[in-house]
Amino acid sequence: MTTQTMSNQNDHTAGHADGHHEDHHDAGGTKVFGFWVYLMSDLVIFGTLFATYAVLSGGTAGGPSGQDIFELPFVLVETFLLLFSSFTFGMGVLSMNADNVGRVKAWLGVTFLLGAAFVGMELYEFHHLIAEGFGPDRSAFLTAFFTLVGTHGLHVTFGLIWILVMLIQVSTKGLNDMTRSRIMCLSLFWHFLDIVWICVFSFVYLMGVL
Amino acid sequence: MSDSHTAPGGASHGSVKTYVVGLVLSIVLTVIPFTAVMSGAFSTGATVLIVVAMAVAQILVQLIMFMHMNTKSDEGWNLTSFVFTISILALVVGGSLWIMHHLHLNMMIG
Repeated sequence: MTTQTMSNQNDHTAGHADGHHEDHHDAGGTKVFGFWVYLMSDLVIFGTLFATYAVLSGGTAGGPSGQDIFELPFVLVETFLLLFSSFTFGMGVLSMNADNVGRVKAWLGVTFLLGAAFVGMELYEFHHLIAEGFGPDRSAFLTAFFTLVGTHGLHVTFGLIWILVMLIQVSTKGLNDMTRSRIMCLSLFWHFLDIVWICVFSFVYLMGVL
Repeated sequence: MSDSHTAPGGASHGSVKTYVVGLVLSIVLTVIPFTAVMSGAFSTGATVLIVVAMAVAQILVQLIMFMHMNTKSDEGWNLTSFVFTISILALVVGGSLWIMHHLHLNMMIG
């Protein structure tokens, strides 16, 4: 890839005969790498929220602790929903590489449903906690919990909107350089959210119950 | 479909096999920590070790099998930026916990 990228640039500067076509690959790769750098900065946001949660998790102010409110079987189902959605998105990318528009749309659709089920479960959990009087205003622990898990849930929600947008764009524009690199960025975003969730279920839910 | 052979964004895009292997490993690495915590079979210290080890393992599995992070694509710059971010995170998270722990001890005891 290294030499290929170099030769692409040489093509571009040397002669424009084939340069246009090659240039698109390079631009797409740069776009995806730029998105990767954005994800790294997003990781820093989550890191600071995890640090905040770790510092404040003992501050229950007489309210419930993690042990009282976390239900692990519920969290396990959420975890599997997100994990399987990560896998189905991967299948979507493979279908894209095989130029199968129908399959791309089908896999994106399945990914959307799994992601929506995850967000639905999280909303149910939040609603349940707030209804019991354990909202983010109850204690420092619950503030940090809602901020961290809510920020992740918000990311997943934006991922769902992005999936819908890509479904529409793939339907109207088909698979071209632009939609391909957008689907690649979205796949990185979606896998990234699953990786953040690994930290959430490990350090918030599992450790919280111990 | 002039560029069917290369999608943008790096050299490696995986195959059905890498995704299936990644999925199976992730399932195993999820079930182990949940079982360890829910069964309460181990001491607290051992359970924490299991949870952390499985989390780190699953993160690596997904980075490699799902996100195709490697030393080759983008001339290794995605790996480099990842390592840089991890060192920033180690400073932010580790430093916060360290400082706040000592502050907590100083404020609460005595």
